[in-house]
Amino acid sequence: MSDALSAFLEGSVRTATPLALAALGEVVVERSGIMNLGIEGTIIAGALGAVVAAGAAGVGAGFAGAIVAGMAVAAIFAVFTTGLRANQIIAGTAVTLLALGLTGTLYQAWYGAAGAGLTTPTIAPFEIPVLAQVPVIGRALFAQPLPSYVAMALAPCVWWWLTRTHAGLALRACGENPAAAAAAGVRVGRVRTLAIMFGGALGGLAGGTLVLAQAGTFAEGMSAGRGFIAIAVVVLGRWHPGGVMLTALFFGAANALQFLFQAMGWSLPYQLFLAMPYVLTLFALAGAAGRVQAPAALGKRDES
Amino acid sequence: MWRAVGLSAGVAAVTLTLLVGVLGVGGYDVGAALRALAGGAFGSWSAFLSGTLVRATPLLFAGLAVAIAFRAGVLNIGAEGQLVVGAAVAAAVSLTVGQPLGLAALPLALVAGAVSGAAWAAIAAVLRARFGVLEVISTIMLNFIAQYGLAWLVRGPLQEPTHTYPQSEAIASLARLPALAAGVRLHWGFVLALAAAVALWLMLKRTASGFRVRAVGANPFAAASAGRIDAVRVGTGAFLLSGALAGLGGAVEVGGVTYALYENISPGYGYTAIAVALLARLNPLLVVASAVLFGALEAGAVSMQRDADVPSVVVSVVEAVLILVVVATDSIRDRWFGMRWAAEREA
Repeated sequence: MSDALSAFLEGSVRTATPLALAALGEVVVERSGIMNLGIEGTIIAGALGAVVAAGAAGVGAGFAGAIVAGMAVAAIFAVFTTGLRANQIIAGTAVTLLALGLTGTLYQAWYGAAGAGLTTPTIAPFEIPVLAQVPVIGRALFAQPLPSYVAMALAPCVWWWLTRTHAGLALRACGENPAAAAAAGVRVGRVRTLAIMFGGALGGLAGGTLVLAQAGTFAEGMSAGRGFIAIAVVVLGRWHPGGVMLTALFFGAANALQFLFQAMGWSLPYQLFLAMPYVLTLFALAGAAGRVQAPAALGKRDES
Repeated sequence: MWRAVGLSAGVAAVTLTLLVGVLGVGGYDVGAALRALAGGAFGSWSAFLSGTLVRATPLLFAGLAVAIAFRAGVLNIGAEGQLVVGAAVAAAVSLTVGQPLGLAALPLALVAGAVSGAAWAAIAAVLRARFGVLEVISTIMLNFIAQYGLAWLVRGPLQEPTHTYPQSEAIASLARLPALAAGVRLHWGFVLALAAAVALWLMLKRTASGFRVRAVGANPFAAASAGRIDAVRVGTGAFLLSGALAGLGGAVEVGGVTYALYENISPGYGYTAIAVALLARLNPLLVVASAVLFGALEAGAVSMQRDADVPSVVVSVVEAVLILVVVATDSIRDRWFGMRWAAEREA
């Protein structure tokens, strides 16, 4: 039982890591007033970037390639939203569709039908001495691949930056009242573009994590809706980096539950457990009205 | 008329250029790929009727669903979930009463599909109207819930009797949508979709509620203050109608094509529908044309993959760039002429 529980927790953190990374990026983007549905596209681009770069120059280059690819996709989104002021939802949907199609096509063009069997080097979990030996939660928290630690370290940094720095204040002002922010001398378009690029970098890193710390290969559409899950994570985490980390863990746990069920031989309808976080998000949205709300200008077209 | 011809020619030219570009960059044999695509989509009456138009039918329903919602300023990203729920409920009805009722079960299943699609949309519509929840977020959640619910249904209550495959039993043959002609896969659902397009166009163009939808979509504040229109109520109505159309699309897919419920009954029809509706500039009659275009692309992509070894996802690239071209031209024109994005649309 304790073994199964420990494996369940480890699996939860593993599944949560790419979600947490992508959602941390999306928090910054949404707090600036932009809703990026193209985040799914940055993840799949990051996955392909990781495969290409890791194949050429190793795992470290793989992560760099993932981040660059994610930012490239985010740049397209930025051109259409902050540049041309197109509808964010439509542009985001298109960018995701574009990235899914392009990565599938390029992967098959570059690696051929044999691409299905292609493997890339992966990074091993990094055990933190002593702490990893703590029963039950030790391996879950302290014997993970590097990206999990990056997410854990990044959350407080993002929180501090958003709430305790002038730049963070300016970014939040863009999300609450862009006209007032502009009047105060904040260059709204530039702030939002930078936020989108940051979100793209983290989305790409999430995709890189999928390949380099988990699957060890690329598959068409392997992002499997994680970008949209990240958006749910941001909402249920109430646009707060700490909340986002906890929520990502919760989504990861719901996902890992199916393996726990299989290990314990319980035949429960695990699809219903997978649906739970989304149901809770809906309830949270209804309950959150009046108290913690989305940034006021989120998703609206900037008329200034 | 000439504007429509010009528009179609423009879209065709952009599509073709894109395809050639992407295939060329990918290093594929462009000629062979395009021949395979055209052959699969239009090569014969059978390809056109059994491939392209069958594929276009759910896209047409879902495209109309997206169009009516967007026209009212409701960003319904949930056509996918509404379609899935409609398909599941219609399948459940057909499986339960298809045998005893026979042909009478068919309209029952279609109505059940439409009503359940509307009910699924109603969750997001109520959250929007009562709590001001962004419909984009709530419909994405509802899409996931619908998909997991479907995955559970085909492994649980609706699984076929041997409990081997994640799918339902086939529905009784009398309770299916009949084919339009012998030996053709195209079914009466396509005719139903065409009728829905015409009805929606008439409603938008000729009725008072259609006018209210257009007014609210163009500018909800002006509609409320100058026209005394209850913008929230109009939005809710359009949202429900949108869900009903998507749900009906799901029911038609089960009744006319798959005859059973599968986990992947929709390969993302609800998402492609956003492209379909935008390319048609949210005009129901043009949605017919763009749904057929996308149906042709997707049917052709299947044979392109088979005959020319080109991955079928190449079509998503074309779809995506078409959307981006549409939004880019809209924004650029808005900037030059100072018009709002939706204000100058007319049916």
